[in-house]
Amino acid sequence: MIRIYQIAYKNLLRKKTRTILTITGISLSAWVLVSLLGFNRGYESALNRDIDSMGYQVLVAAKGCPYEAATLMLKGGTGLRYMNESIAADIMKYNEVRKITPMLMQAVFDPDKGESGGISAYLGVDPATFPGMKGYFKFQQGAWFTDPDANEAVMGYEAAELEQREVGDKILIPEKKVELTVVGVLKRTGTQDDGTIFVPIQAVQRIFGQAGRLTAIGVQVNKNADMAAVEQKMYDLPDVQVVSLAQVKQTIISLVATARVMVLSIAVIAVLIAMVGVVNTILMSVFERFQEIGILKSMGAMPGDVFRLIWIETFILCLAGGIVGNALAFALEAATDLLIRRLLPYSPTGSLVQIDAPLALAAMAAIIGIGLLAGLYPAWRAARIRPIESIRSQEG
Amino acid sequence: MSGEIIIGARDIRKLYHRGSEEIVALDGVSIDVRKGEFVSFVGPSGSGKTTLLNILGCLDNATSGSLEISGTGVFGEDARLSERDLTRIRRAHFGYIFQNFYLLPTLTVLENVSVPFSFYRSEQAIDDIPGLLASLGLEKRMDHRPGQLSGGEMQRVAIARALVNRPEILLADEPTGNLDTARSRDIGGVLKQLNTGQGLTVIMVTHNSELAGLAGRTVEIRDGKI
Repeated sequence: MIRIYQIAYKNLLRKKTRTILTITGISLSAWVLVSLLGFNRGYESALNRDIDSMGYQVLVAAKGCPYEAATLMLKGGTGLRYMNESIAADIMKYNEVRKITPMLMQAVFDPDKGESGGISAYLGVDPATFPGMKGYFKFQQGAWFTDPDANEAVMGYEAAELEQREVGDKILIPEKKVELTVVGVLKRTGTQDDGTIFVPIQAVQRIFGQAGRLTAIGVQVNKNADMAAVEQKMYDLPDVQVVSLAQVKQTIISLVATARVMVLSIAVIAVLIAMVGVVNTILMSVFERFQEIGILKSMGAMPGDVFRLIWIETFILCLAGGIVGNALAFALEAATDLLIRRLLPYSPTGSLVQIDAPLALAAMAAIIGIGLLAGLYPAWRAARIRPIESIRSQEG
Repeated sequence: MSGEIIIGARDIRKLYHRGSEEIVALDGVSIDVRKGEFVSFVGPSGSGKTTLLNILGCLDNATSGSLEISGTGVFGEDARLSERDLTRIRRAHFGYIFQNFYLLPTLTVLENVSVPFSFYRSEQAIDDIPGLLASLGLEKRMDHRPGQLSGGEMQRVAIARALVNRPEILLADEPTGNLDTARSRDIGGVLKQLNTGQGLTVIMVTHNSELAGLAGRTVEIRDGKI
């Protein structure tokens, strides 16, 4: 015996091209929806991961100094501002402060980088305090520096890949004509540290002639300390800016939120356009089968049966479109990630688009839910067809 | 004439409005059809024969008059049935065949005949659909689609579809209207066999005098009157 869903499915096969086009429209809107929802979630968690893995909650930097590697690159490695090393001791006096790590960022133009040269940045870190704050660092090769003043470098995973360096290799600091020996290569962390070259801070101060100077101090605060109070105290230090990473995170999220609302609106519009296509397809199919639906009623189909039949057709279209759209979203996740990364002015490291089964199912439910709403009118129109009307139209 | 009255219609009037014009399709028609009868309605186009068939078959309401099916009142003076109520009556008593067959093109013959079961299955429904199709000479066509059948075969499939719930009455509206003479005779033979062999009550509208001649009673309708 044939079931009502089989009749619905076979009805859709009558106009294959129209059915395929409708499913394509739904698939594309489902793809956009799933990808953007995945981005919505992925971006925030990537940003959280980046910031949480910095190992400190507050960054104290010289006033006007770019405190974030991406900004430094955007500025072409220029615009660095310095503060005196003695500030570190002042910060340590605060009871709320648990640990600090001083840093000195230096950047030079490297004519051999890329096709037309690029900026090479070196982060001077304190071998005594920095590794403790980055407890999650794991070495792929080698280890930390052998001496606090050695001309040595530890390379992040991507930096080593890019420069094709291994432990024992030399890297030349352009302009300074100083060679550093690679003593360690880190495993991938999925953060900005992957692209960083770490050098002992004393060596950076010596090589670049910045003795006694720092660009930033990472501050780890006691667990239950009042962050706002700590920040306020640090603002009293002369010529420094206090950057709370939570605040940075919030600022970036707020900036991205505006863009996100826009893209989600586009996704919703895409879904609505697809649903207009669904209404059009189903309604046309109802009108084309006007007589046939009347005959089904003469065979004993109640208005509810006809409503169900047409609604099942809508459901099949949306289900097929949702499945194909989700498959597209999964298959093109990496490409979507790349595209979004190119469009955004700032992207955290790690995956920006995170699509998983619960997200795909939620999007599928949304597509089917909206689709069934869109199918209400055609189903209602079909349910109202009276057999006598279809028979009269046959006579005509 | 023997047999209980299965359809009793009294003073049926049906009026249509076309703009401000009032058209009298049926003008006080009264007719009884007995169980096991084969009745054909004949008459010129627009005489009201299909309108009468539709009202007797509960596909349409009359403007006035009364109708009883198997002794149960379907409608009386000024009483109109809802579409749902009409469907219930149709399910219980009628099978229909039409000039244009209306088979679903993407379904096989077997599936087409089973379609009524996806909405309703009567207690006395035919379980052996292949057997039913075989009795109509369609045993080799069960897995074919309508597009692969001749007009006569398609009408046989439509007849099988009309019979699956074992209706008491088969209504046929111009069942051979789209068929050539040979196939018309063939379908006429099938209807006659269903009437004489299985005792099925058949009411048929036709322009075909040869087909009308197969019926036990021919009713001529002219200008909405018998």
